[in-house]
Amino acid sequence: MKTFNYHSTKDVKEATKLASSSSAFLAGGMTTLPSMKLGLASYKDIIDIKRIKKLSGIKVSGKTVTIGATTKHAEVAHSKEVKKAIPSLAALAEGIGDPQVRNRGTIGGSIANNDPSADYPSACIALNATIHTNNRKVSADKFFTGMFETSLKKGELIEAVEFQVPEKSCYKKYPNPASRYAIVGVYVAKHKSAVNVAVTGAKSCVYNDQNISGALSKSFSSSALDNVKISSSGMNSDVHASADYRANMVKIFAKKAVEAC
Amino acid sequence: MKKVNLEVNGKKVSKEVADHTVLSVFLREVLNLTGTHVGCDTSQCGACVVHVDGKSIKSCTALAADLDGSKVTTIEGLVKNGKMHPMQEAFKKEHGLQCGFCTPGMVMSAIDLLNHKKNPSDKEIRDWLEGNICRCTGYQNIVAAVKEAATKM
Repeated sequence: MKTFNYHSTKDVKEATKLASSSSAFLAGGMTTLPSMKLGLASYKDIIDIKRIKKLSGIKVSGKTVTIGATTKHAEVAHSKEVKKAIPSLAALAEGIGDPQVRNRGTIGGSIANNDPSADYPSACIALNATIHTNNRKVSADKFFTGMFETSLKKGELIEAVEFQVPEKSCYKKYPNPASRYAIVGVYVAKHKSAVNVAVTGAKSCVYNDQNISGALSKSFSSSALDNVKISSSGMNSDVHASADYRANMVKIFAKKAVEAC
Repeated sequence: MKKVNLEVNGKKVSKEVADHTVLSVFLREVLNLTGTHVGCDTSQCGACVVHVDGKSIKSCTALAADLDGSKVTTIEGLVKNGKMHPMQEAFKKEHGLQCGFCTPGMVMSAIDLLNHKKNPSDKEIRDWLEGNICRCTGYQNIVAAVKEAATKM
């Protein structure tokens, strides 16, 4: 790993003031540090945000669950409040990586990285999340813009993620057996007005599958998906799964999720 | 350079290290605690698992500077009054190791599991050890060792 200057910061202002075109914010470091070791990324300044108290914690109101950016996956997975309000979100957190990753990795880090196979971005899309940054609020459908890309500007810091509590929801994924990243993951959330179905792992970026969402909004049952065609166009094809296989898995895991709701 | 203050296996240590020093390097090369092993060095294999403030983490993927003020327990910190930890005894009794490279990480990870869950099922043990890889394929006896330790802890 190339050398850098490490800064531990105590408030958001201090952290964002230090940010530059050659810096990175550090939360759990579960992607940042391995990427730096592999030479895929290098920074002059690493700005640690874990000691900023306001960035950590879980708040549940009747209609929303708000999770601070540096809240660890294990905290979300074990939170009684999250389990009660949105059980599928706690279950998603419990399925990320392994126990040691869950003890360090954070929700803010996961969505800022926007790995095409990460779990949390699908929760953001399905649960109509609002991403709170240090200077604005962005809806999830405008936040994830492409492979490892988000609408975050340089030096902009995620403070919290606010999820809408659905009537019912479920996340089902087909995990890579080694990494537990989603080969395909489908998050189904039934809201009062419509059903959202977010798919991760299948394409270069998480997306809301309008065909599946539309069919389930009309009739919330797995049989409603029998005649929905899933195109493999634009789907990832790699050593783990072909595009056609992924397209098939999207439908199968959407059905599984609906049945488990 | 950063000054890092830690409590490692009950002893306070204070060392000045380069900013990019990860905990596994700090333990092995600065404190000469070579019981913590480094396999993949990219947080996949789990050979480097230690406890920080009571929770298991992969020490290859945490900066020493970031953990300033924490309490760290490594495999060397488990022996009390010359007696092995029940988990170490169980690994010995059940032949839960072959070459032994993954063992420090397996033991530290398994102790964290039993701290959370007193009598885990086989599935819970296997799920928990997701992040610990044994290349000798010794999983059967590792699971048996964790179950044995659960009766003693």
